[in-house]
Amino acid sequence: MSLDPSQRSFIAYLEDQPGVLARVVALFRRRAYNIESLLVGRSERPGISRLTIVVRADDDTARRLEANLYKLVNVLYVEDVSRAPSVDREWLVVKVATGPDRRTELLQLCEAFNARIVDVSSASIILEMTGPTDKVDGLLETVRPFGVVEMVRTGMIAMTRGESAHQGLHFSREAPSEDERAA
Amino acid sequence: MKSGAQIIWEVLVQEGVEVVFGYPGGAIMPTYDALPGYPIRHVLVRHEQGSSHMADGYARASGRVGVAIATSGPGATNLVTGIATAMLDSTPVVFITGQVSSPLIGSDAFQEIDITGITLPITKHNYLVTKTSDIAPALREAFFIARSGRPGPVLVDITKDAQQGLIEYAPDRSPIRLPGYRPAHRVAASDVERAAVLINGAERPVILCGHGVLEADATALLRELATRTGIPVASTLLGLGAFPATHPLSLGMMGMHGEAWVNKSIQEADLLLALGMRFDDRVTGRLQTYALKAKKIHVEIDPSEVNKNVKVDVPIVGDLKDALTRLVPAVRQRERRPWLERIAALKGDSAVRDVQAIPSDGRLLAPHVIHDLWRLTEGRALVVTDVGQHQMWEAQYYKHDHPRRLITSGGLGTMGFALPAAIGARFACPADDVWVVVGDGGFQMTSCELTTLAQEGLKVNVAIINNGYLGMVRQWQQFFYGGRYVATPLKSPDFVKLAEAHGLVGLRVEKREDIPAAVSRARSETGSVVIDFRVEQEDSVYPMVPANCDLHDMIRRPSPIVETSDEP
Repeated sequence: MSLDPSQRSFIAYLEDQPGVLARVVALFRRRAYNIESLLVGRSERPGISRLTIVVRADDDTARRLEANLYKLVNVLYVEDVSRAPSVDREWLVVKVATGPDRRTELLQLCEAFNARIVDVSSASIILEMTGPTDKVDGLLETVRPFGVVEMVRTGMIAMTRGESAHQGLHFSREAPSEDERAA
Repeated sequence: MKSGAQIIWEVLVQEGVEVVFGYPGGAIMPTYDALPGYPIRHVLVRHEQGSSHMADGYARASGRVGVAIATSGPGATNLVTGIATAMLDSTPVVFITGQVSSPLIGSDAFQEIDITGITLPITKHNYLVTKTSDIAPALREAFFIARSGRPGPVLVDITKDAQQGLIEYAPDRSPIRLPGYRPAHRVAASDVERAAVLINGAERPVILCGHGVLEADATALLRELATRTGIPVASTLLGLGAFPATHPLSLGMMGMHGEAWVNKSIQEADLLLALGMRFDDRVTGRLQTYALKAKKIHVEIDPSEVNKNVKVDVPIVGDLKDALTRLVPAVRQRERRPWLERIAALKGDSAVRDVQAIPSDGRLLAPHVIHDLWRLTEGRALVVTDVGQHQMWEAQYYKHDHPRRLITSGGLGTMGFALPAAIGARFACPADDVWVVVGDGGFQMTSCELTTLAQEGLKVNVAIINNGYLGMVRQWQQFFYGGRYVATPLKSPDFVKLAEAHGLVGLRVEKREDIPAAVSRARSETGSVVIDFRVEQEDSVYPMVPANCDLHDMIRRPSPIVETSDEP
């Protein structure tokens, strides 16, 4: 995990229904937790979305945050993955101001960070990279002297390595399938 | 075929609902139209806030789910204070609101408001139902969620077209499936063992009894635990009655207006056993100096409450009844004479300051009114209090020996709660002696519900502790704002005439010797009686721990009064 020690990351499975994300966000606002990043999208399970959220919190706050998330009826599963071995990535797209004279220099930097050039115009270049948060920070730091015209990053997604803690857990409203029962 | 409106009542009947409190309006009219024929009594309130407190009062008095109904828009927003009151005190209430028809949602239609959005942070859960077929599942889940685990309010907002739609309907009695909902954790045996070790080894333990003891129906187990271990019991405001107030091990209320010996016992304790309470700031005072000598055990159903305000040594997360059932046999029987003697010594110091020791000097003191009411009702009344000085005096001087005999807004501190909540409680306890104890300020916030009382022909006695001020704020102005009484002097209507205007009996009491006759008259009248107690205007509630100050550092009743108490 590439988080700094004051940060915690959670994954959560939510019922994919109207207003569920609003409940999660309202909880964070009400309890005054600081969201660093929040990403929600589809999961491997139909009707269930997956959330990755990064917050500033100490151990105790993190425990209560997990308990508070669980209190939301539409939240099916929560896991604090801050200290778990995991693959964590975010996607950065950045438009760097650079004319033809410094393109080669920028290209070399891209290579060092495994970034790709996705668009070139006369006065700027758009780069993209995926990587852990600290790597993304690193690339940004490096290209900043060129002049960052525009930047967007997705925030972190995370997946624990090896066996998943929620593997085989049944948490949909539908009755468990034969396979799930067997598991 | 059944309409959505009929399905609403079908589910309510299935859930055992006998009474609902509500107010009709455009978006809920189909539901009202379907009510005749169902065995449910509807109480027409005068303001939707009243219906929310009535449903809450019904829930607190009965332990069952209360139900309030309102229309969309202002009907729904008028419920908000009552929903928040139920949320902060964890009481099971289902709120049903009408909503504009689904095609109009989002168009700012007449009386459209996003009530599920508004109530998101003040409900345990809420639903926006736009399809007739979703009504029954949502309502069944709402009742289940409201009463299970840590109880709380659930709002179900139902569009007008969903109420009007017709579908084939068969009652569903299958268990509720909510995969994301965990009402209670299983109590861990290892936690119980660790707690037992701490309890057995403690020399100066105190049990802190909260509302959770009542909610978990664990009062008998608490009594067993306390008597077996010889541990004295202090209560939160909402915990009063969970342990008999006249029991030798009962300390009374803790916190900001707790008696001095209670707070000092907590500060001297070497172990706190907190049961179903949440270490609210009104209970702890300044956290940095709170019970520093004590190890802490916290038995709590809601894991998010553990270590929130006070760090505990042994948390036991789960159902309180389950936890105590395991804990009682695991602890040793013993007496704790030195500790109880120490507490008795602390009590001795307080007794001479007790306002009850003051002989009547012609002034009518509110604590005397409460004390006499307790005596005259043999301590058996179901008392519903409002918020402010009278609420604290009631907590100090009405000794509740039985559970669910005190109903009060603790967490949110909602003025205007008492009268409507008492109307709700009346339906839960039809045979009981129900008393509203309310200040002149709070009474006027919801006094329109006197009309509801009259229209429904209900018997509730109302004791207005009338001091002509918003007394608690005045007290803070006296203590902390240089005695500048800004916006606290309060003019009231003639409460006797107000009662009479409603066809009720109104009485006025200005001297202590007149209390028994008035209370006795109120109890013997078949209809509701309002008594206007004209009490000393500038008395204050003592002791008082100023907000965020050390729990042991209290403002005591000033000495001139103490000296008079030295007389026999």
